[in-house]
Amino acid sequence: MHSINDRNKEIGKFIPAADDDLIICRCEEITKGEIRKAVHDGMFTVTEMRRYLRCGMGLCQGQTCAKLTKNIIARELNVSPSTLEPATSRSPMRPIEMKILGKEEVNKNERD
Amino acid sequence: MKETKPDVIVIGGGIVGNSSAYYLAKRGLSVLVLEGSDFIGNGGSSRNGGGVRQSGRDPRELPLVMWGIQNIWPTLNSELGVDVEYYQKGNLRLGKTAQHLKILQNLTDKAVACGLDVRMIDRDEVRKINPYLSDEVIGASWCPTDGHANPLTTTLGYYKAARALGVHFITGEKVVELKKVKGKIHQVITENTTYTADCVLLAAGYESRAIAKTIGINIPVRKLKIECLVTEIQPRMFEQMLGTAEADFYGHQSKHGSFVFGGSTGLEPYETDNGTPISSSIGAPCICRGIMKYFPALSRAKIVRTWAGWVDECADKVAIIDKIDEVPGLFVSCGFSGHGFGIGPAAGYNMAELIATGESPVDLTPLRYNRFKAKI
Repeated sequence: MHSINDRNKEIGKFIPAADDDLIICRCEEITKGEIRKAVHDGMFTVTEMRRYLRCGMGLCQGQTCAKLTKNIIARELNVSPSTLEPATSRSPMRPIEMKILGKEEVNKNERD
Repeated sequence: MKETKPDVIVIGGGIVGNSSAYYLAKRGLSVLVLEGSDFIGNGGSSRNGGGVRQSGRDPRELPLVMWGIQNIWPTLNSELGVDVEYYQKGNLRLGKTAQHLKILQNLTDKAVACGLDVRMIDRDEVRKINPYLSDEVIGASWCPTDGHANPLTTTLGYYKAARALGVHFITGEKVVELKKVKGKIHQVITENTTYTADCVLLAAGYESRAIAKTIGINIPVRKLKIECLVTEIQPRMFEQMLGTAEADFYGHQSKHGSFVFGGSTGLEPYETDNGTPISSSIGAPCICRGIMKYFPALSRAKIVRTWAGWVDECADKVAIIDKIDEVPGLFVSCGFSGHGFGIGPAAGYNMAELIATGESPVDLTPLRYNRFKAKI
């Protein structure tokens, strides 16, 4: 989805809410208020939000909070969540130990 | 689209474009930043090892990065209002063979000639600084004023701070052509619209070449893929930035506790892609094997994420930061060749000064765009 996104778009001021302390990303302990505030700092996309706050960058890689984060950003921008691109899913699917990922079925003698 | 004419149009919303825009706005200039992708900082700015390092650099770019480490990095958190996670705890460039030590000695000698505090250290001293290293490491170069930072919050921090100063950012606005009017830069044409300005800064990484070509300027950069991986949070182990003599492996432990390591398989230039940089199946396992050779203690650390990115590799692997003589009003800042993050803020500041006043605090002559000559 390649589209023009004017970052001067008027979205009003950040208004504190009663549930701002609610934790959205459990792995990185990022709250709803932090995500909402970051939208007002200019983070209009899920990808930027991840890079800015680390939400969805922890152990589960956003498999739990991705949708929630997306919806919060969309609401703050006053757009439909369907207009927001999800963040890129990155391998591995589950955390994997270095010594396992690094071990390929290659005969050492053959390779050398 | 109605657009009042800005003083400067910056093409590229990465660390170089954003920091240039920020310092231009701080000087009171109006700035429009056009980013071709849908995201701010989507190229090498978000896809690097986070090194803020002087040692191991080419003497031509050393004065600029040293200036940045002295003048910008120490106060960047308060300047931008974000945590850039800057650690100035030194850089170890590791060697495992006699040949490696020769490379390191050569780099060290060149850097010392430029006034940098860097020296060769032996096996024992390396272990005093970092007790987790394997026995394979026989020596290193050590630069205590080097360090690392978080490329994501730094790049987006410049974006946030520039935006707060009134810089206008538009993403998803890919520039396809530059045009002169009466011999000077005047139009920046995107897929959707035409913007006008009397001053344009081209900071689009490897895309700079295609854009500059539309106005008859050849910027010798090409894209080269790199791959990195990130571990889950680990107990705090060490705070230095790490690299190797062959520059094939680098990384650090972030403030967050995860390790970020990058490396290369050597096969990157021959891989195919679908227009985005893709982690290959052989990339992360190769980096894992590299890590375990240097840090056996990390063999049980879990990888949570892998990613790939393109660096804008310049023909001589040093950035181009200059004004273009043939096109008055056009400035270029690109070709950082995979070591642009640490030097980015200094490049931004100096470019902003060059645009605003015609002079920069650091002499940029060694980084001229017309320095490329045939080798014989």
